[in-house]
Amino acid sequence: MKYQSQQVAYAYFVAAMALFAVQVLGGLTIGWVYVQPNFLAEIFPFHIIRMVHTNALIVWLLLGFFGAAYYMVPEEAEREIWSTKLAYLQLAIMIIGTLGAVIGYGFKVHGGREFLEQPLWVRFGILVAAVIFLINISMTVLAGRKTAITGVLLMGLWLLSLLWIFSFINPDNLSLDKMYWWFIVHLWVEGTWELVMASILAFLLLKLTGVDREVIEKWLYVIVATALFTGILGTGHHFFWIGLPGYWQWIGSIFGALEIVPFFLMMSFAFVMVWKGRRNHPNKAALLWSLGSATIAFFGAGVWGVLHNMHGVNFYSHGTQITAAHGHLAFYGAYVAINLAIITYAMPLLRRREPYNQVLNMASFWLMTGGMAFMTFTLTFAGVIQTHMQRVLGYYYMEVQDELVLFYVMRFIAGSSVVLGALLFIYSIMVVRKREIIDAGPANPAPTTSETVAGE
Amino acid sequence: MAEFLTKSRARNIFYGGSIFFVVIFIALTVHSHRYIVTTSTAGMPLSEAVAHGKEVWERNSCINCHTLHGEGAYFAPELGNVMTRWGVMDDPEGAYEILDAWIEAQPSGIEGRRQMPYFELSEEDKRGLAEFLRWADQTDTQGWPPNDAG
Repeated sequence: MKYQSQQVAYAYFVAAMALFAVQVLGGLTIGWVYVQPNFLAEIFPFHIIRMVHTNALIVWLLLGFFGAAYYMVPEEAEREIWSTKLAYLQLAIMIIGTLGAVIGYGFKVHGGREFLEQPLWVRFGILVAAVIFLINISMTVLAGRKTAITGVLLMGLWLLSLLWIFSFINPDNLSLDKMYWWFIVHLWVEGTWELVMASILAFLLLKLTGVDREVIEKWLYVIVATALFTGILGTGHHFFWIGLPGYWQWIGSIFGALEIVPFFLMMSFAFVMVWKGRRNHPNKAALLWSLGSATIAFFGAGVWGVLHNMHGVNFYSHGTQITAAHGHLAFYGAYVAINLAIITYAMPLLRRREPYNQVLNMASFWLMTGGMAFMTFTLTFAGVIQTHMQRVLGYYYMEVQDELVLFYVMRFIAGSSVVLGALLFIYSIMVVRKREIIDAGPANPAPTTSETVAGE
Repeated sequence: MAEFLTKSRARNIFYGGSIFFVVIFIALTVHSHRYIVTTSTAGMPLSEAVAHGKEVWERNSCINCHTLHGEGAYFAPELGNVMTRWGVMDDPEGAYEILDAWIEAQPSGIEGRRQMPYFELSEEDKRGLAEFLRWADQTDTQGWPPNDAG
């Protein structure tokens, strides 16, 4: 850590990890409700816990992105953050809003647009926090060195904050409501968040592999170009069956299928940089998460997305467990894993230590990734059966669900592994054990401090 | 990567191309907005009852168990075509009565069955919800879902 103000990232990462625990425990609970439907049915019904599960996920990923930006931008801009006070104020607003929303959900105070259930004052608070963040980060970048990494990161964060304005637009017409709802949901996760992910990945590869900045940043522009060229019109793959014109079936099928390209490029980028790299960085766990994130994102967002993207297929599979399978692996690979990568990289530096607990951390990677992969297979098979029975043969929904119990049991087991991995990760990051420190290795060792990289 | 693609060229392609696709997307959005209002949802007036029903739908977070036009949680049945499934698509009074009976019968309390909670709704709420679901059902969704099972 070269700049004092990078320290604010620590508070963001701690808050993110707390919500991460809430998110996976909520998920495990509703995974159990699928197996034992009467569980908590009176006190905390399914829909309440699901709101906690999804909302906690979204907020902690955003907190992770904010933390990542506060960590990366000073090193990239070669400046202290414009105002650390504002950064902490922003975090306080986010935490108060989140606590307010979650406690409110327990008392059945919520909206009902999926993922945007936060009460108006919380959504407004998020907007205020985003504005504070954008001012703070933009002032820092404008005063300092401008790199492609900060440029792309800032563009992603500006655009995602602007899109949040659509959370205040809720037309009475359901089809209009749905169309503008996707302006947030799709253009976040299949557009602007990819910009954030790619820039974090580029930053990590720059530090971990020591490849020349020119090479890294050229890749970065190519990746984010393909992300937006495909992702913007790819929104059309959500417009097939909600009352929009038929032409979206072709636009969405073609551009939606091409959305795999940026994920393929990110995966290739990560591996090619590691092969080309001359460095032997001591933080092996951060490298594992970086490569893992790009790879799982390719399968979860890319392959599992294309699987049911084409309108001829989606006509049958839309809104089944196949969608759930895709959603879980995509979010895990692309956004959970990239957050855990930057946290794994930055935490030792923020605490001024050699990378610690790497074996535990890497074990948590395999527990979470293995669990998530198994969950995805399970839900995919359940979804195929559901699609055939319900959409082709015409059996009613609940008749079909009764046939899927075995898959839901296996999903719960897979989910337990994910939760175990998540808790192990949090432990390995928060609690420093004296016993376990790994040497960088003899070939081209890199310093553990974040000094300027050769080639800059 | 090939030598002709320098960093600044890659950057210009990124910015230029993104603006190009944003412009196309906005044009198609404007057209789609008009198409929704004038064509695909025009089969039934968007009455006060429908708008109220949408509020009831949201206040009770129905979307976090059910799907509507295939979007939502996958824990409970699709409701975009529920009025067709119940055979009351063209019968507002029948739609209200069957929905009222359903809501008042929850939760079933049957062991091993998924439980729909009891939601305390006024008659106005339930009439609105029935109208909202009839309104959603009449939307032209390009033939989806494939059958009445939803």
